[in-house]
Amino acid sequence: MTRIYIFKRFERFWHWSQAALIMFMMFSGFEIHGSYRFFGFENAVTYHTFSAWMIIALWVFAVFWTITTGEWKQYIPTMEKVDAMLKFYLTGIFTDAPHPFKQTTVSKHNPLQRLAYLFVLVVINPIIWFSGWLYLFYNDLSVVGLGGLSLEWIAFFHVVGAFMMLIFFIAHVYLATAGHTPMAHIKAMVTGWEETD
Amino acid sequence: MKNQKHRIGYLLFLVGGLMLSATAHALAKADNVPTTPVVATPASGGKAAEGKQATKQVKKSTADHTKFKQLQKDFKNGPQVTKACLECHTEAAKQVHHTKHWTWEFINPVTKRKLGKKNVINNFCTSVSTNQSFCSACHVGYGWKDDSFDFTKEESVDCLVCHDTTKKYKKLPGLAGHPNYKTMEWPPHSGKFREPTDLKKIAQNIGKTSRDTCGACHFYGGGGDAVKHGDLDSSLKQPLRYLDVHMDAKGLNFSCGKCHLSDSHEVTGSRYAPTSVDDKGALMRGKTSDRNPTTCVACHDNAPHKEYAKLNDHTDKIACQTCHIPEFARGDKLTKMTWDWSTAGRLDEKGKRLRVRNSAGQVAYDSKKGDFTYERVVIPEYVWFNGNVKFTLFGDKVDGSETVKINQFMGGPNEPDSLIWPVKVFRGKQPFDVGNQTLAVFHTAGKDDAAFWGNYDWEKAMEAGMASTGVKYSGKMAFVETEMSWPITHMVAPKEDALTCAQCHKENGRLQNVAGIYMPGTGSTPILDMLGFAVALFALIGVLIHGGIRILTSRKEA
Repeated sequence: MTRIYIFKRFERFWHWSQAALIMFMMFSGFEIHGSYRFFGFENAVTYHTFSAWMIIALWVFAVFWTITTGEWKQYIPTMEKVDAMLKFYLTGIFTDAPHPFKQTTVSKHNPLQRLAYLFVLVVINPIIWFSGWLYLFYNDLSVVGLGGLSLEWIAFFHVVGAFMMLIFFIAHVYLATAGHTPMAHIKAMVTGWEETD
Repeated sequence: MKNQKHRIGYLLFLVGGLMLSATAHALAKADNVPTTPVVATPASGGKAAEGKQATKQVKKSTADHTKFKQLQKDFKNGPQVTKACLECHTEAAKQVHHTKHWTWEFINPVTKRKLGKKNVINNFCTSVSTNQSFCSACHVGYGWKDDSFDFTKEESVDCLVCHDTTKKYKKLPGLAGHPNYKTMEWPPHSGKFREPTDLKKIAQNIGKTSRDTCGACHFYGGGGDAVKHGDLDSSLKQPLRYLDVHMDAKGLNFSCGKCHLSDSHEVTGSRYAPTSVDDKGALMRGKTSDRNPTTCVACHDNAPHKEYAKLNDHTDKIACQTCHIPEFARGDKLTKMTWDWSTAGRLDEKGKRLRVRNSAGQVAYDSKKGDFTYERVVIPEYVWFNGNVKFTLFGDKVDGSETVKINQFMGGPNEPDSLIWPVKVFRGKQPFDVGNQTLAVFHTAGKDDAAFWGNYDWEKAMEAGMASTGVKYSGKMAFVETEMSWPITHMVAPKEDALTCAQCHKENGRLQNVAGIYMPGTGSTPILDMLGFAVALFALIGVLIHGGIRILTSRKEA
C-alpha cells in the first residue's frame, strides 16, 4: 500500500465548495421550477441567483488554476480501458477483482471519470451556464440581439441541464464509494492523499 | 485522522450553512409580513387638515371669490352662476364644450367608432337615450333632459359640480343636471328633505377640483356608491394608506388631478382609450410631449424597483397595476359584480315595488332593476391589453346565442403594445331586440307611462327606448348574457401590500388563465419533469441495487 498526493489544496477547496453550491442550487433551482416549496419562490430566486454568482467567482479561479497548472490534461478523453472499467463495475467489483486502473498524479482520473467529467465540462455545464445567463439577463437579451429567444425555451434547457446534473450527482456520489474501501476516494478528496495498491 | 474529520466537516458546514442561513432568512422574512386591516375604518384626515388651517397660512389661491361683486348675488339657478363665472373666465365654457365631460362622446382613435356615454350601451342602467334627465345628474351641464338640449350654450355649463369646495352642491337624478333650488324630499319617499342649494355660498367658495368633486360622479357610477368601477368609491374620499398609497389622507394626499393632469379643462386619462404600455420613462417637467401624463411610468419610470431589481424584468409583460392593485374594492364598500335585468318587474302581492336586502344590507333584488350580487376585496381577472377597447354598440349583431362582450380588451401575448392588466368583469343579463338583433335601448326613468321604473312594462319601455334610436322595436325582446370589462387602475396599494412573487409563481396562481406566458414555479412542464425525475430515480435505484450487491458479496467473502 502506497500513498500518493493527488488532490492539491485548491482543488479540494474547489471540489467541495462547488459540491455545496451545486447541491444548494439544485435544491433552490427545483423549487423555482415549481417541484416543491421550501424557501418560498422569492427567496429561492434570491439564493439561487446569489449562489450562481458565487459559483461563477469560484470558476474564474478554477479555470485559471486548471490552465496554469496544466491540470486540464487530466480531462483529455481516452477510450483505452473503458471496456475494462465497465466490466469492473459490472462484475469485478463484486468479486474483489483488481481495479483495472492505476492512479498516478499525472493521471488521477480513470478513463470513465475522464469521459464523465469531460461530459460535465463540455455538455452539462455549458447547457446550465448559457441557459442560466440567458435566464438571468432575459429582459436585456434584445440589447445583444437575442430578443427573439423565449423564456420557455431558455427555462427548458436550464431544467434539462439541471436534471442531467442531478443524475450525474447521483452516479458521482455513489461511485465515490467504489474505491478499495467505501470511504477511500472520499477521504482522498478530503485529505488529498489516495491510498493505492 | 482528526484533520480528515475536520475536512469532512467543511463540506457539511458549507451545505448546512447555506441551507440554514437561507432557511433562517426565509423564515425571518415570513415573520415580517405586515398585517393589514381587513376592514377599513374611514381616516380622520380632516383633523390634520383643520390643524393646518388653524395656523395662519397664506391662502393658496390668488383670488378670494367672496370679494367678487359678480358673486355677491342671490342666484336663482345654476346657469346664472355660470354667467357670473364667465364674466371673468371668458373662455372656460368654450373649453368645457370640447371635453367628453360635456359631449359624452369619444371617438375611438383606432376604430374611429363613436363611443362615449351618449353612445355606448353598458350592462348597468344600459343607456342614456330617453333617460337623460336622470343620467345628466352627472353631466357637467344644466338642462339636458332630452335630445333637444343645446350643446353650444355657454351658460349651460355647470362650473360648480367640479369646483365646489363646500360639499353642499348636489345634482339630483331627475332634475336634468340641476341641483334642487327648492326644498325637496330626497331620497324620494324617505321623509328627509334637502334645503334649497345655497348657490351664493357655493359660488363664493369655489376652488380646485378635489376627490370629493370628481368622486361625486365617479365614485357613484352605475347608480350608487362603488357600484361600477370597483376601484373607485367613496372610501377614497379620506383613504388610509393601505387603500391608496397616493391618496392617503395622512400622507401624500393626492387629489385626482395630481395624476389626471388637466389643461384647458381637458382631463387626461381615459378608459375608452387607455394607455396600456408606457415604456418611455418618467415624464420630465417642462418637456413638451403628447404622452399621457396619467400613467404610473410618467412619474415612476420604467425601472422603479431598486431593492429587488428582478422585478423590473416584469415590466415588459405586466402592467404596474397587476401587482400593485392586488384586489379592488379594498375599501369598506362592496362593488356590484352582477346585474340580472331579466328578473326585474316582479312585484309584491299588492302590486308594489319589491326591494329585498341581503345579509350585508345591500339591495339584492329591486323590482325596478332585477337581481344583484356584490363583493368586496375582489381578485381581478387578468387579460392581455394593448389599449384598444372594442365595443358592441347599438346595431352590432346580437342574436342571443352567446355571451355578448359589451367591450373587449384587445391584445395578445405576442403584441408589442400588450401588457397583462387587471380588470373587473361585470356580468349581466339585459334586454336585446330579437327582431333587430341588437342590444336594446329601453326607457327606464321618467314620469311618463312608458318608463319601466314606473310601470314595469317591458314592451312599452322597449318601444319608447328603441324609437329614440330611430330603429322601430321589432316587438320581440329577450335577455342576453353580457360581460363588460373595467380596467383596474386606482386604489394602488403600498408596496408592502403588492402581490408577492408566489401569488403568481405557483400552481394555479393569479395569472393561470393568461395565455402565452411561461411562468417559472407553476409546474408547467409536467412531461419534462416526469422524464427527468424518472431517469434520476432510475439512476438512484440502479446505484442502490449495485451497492446492495456489493454489500452482499463482500459479506459472503467475510
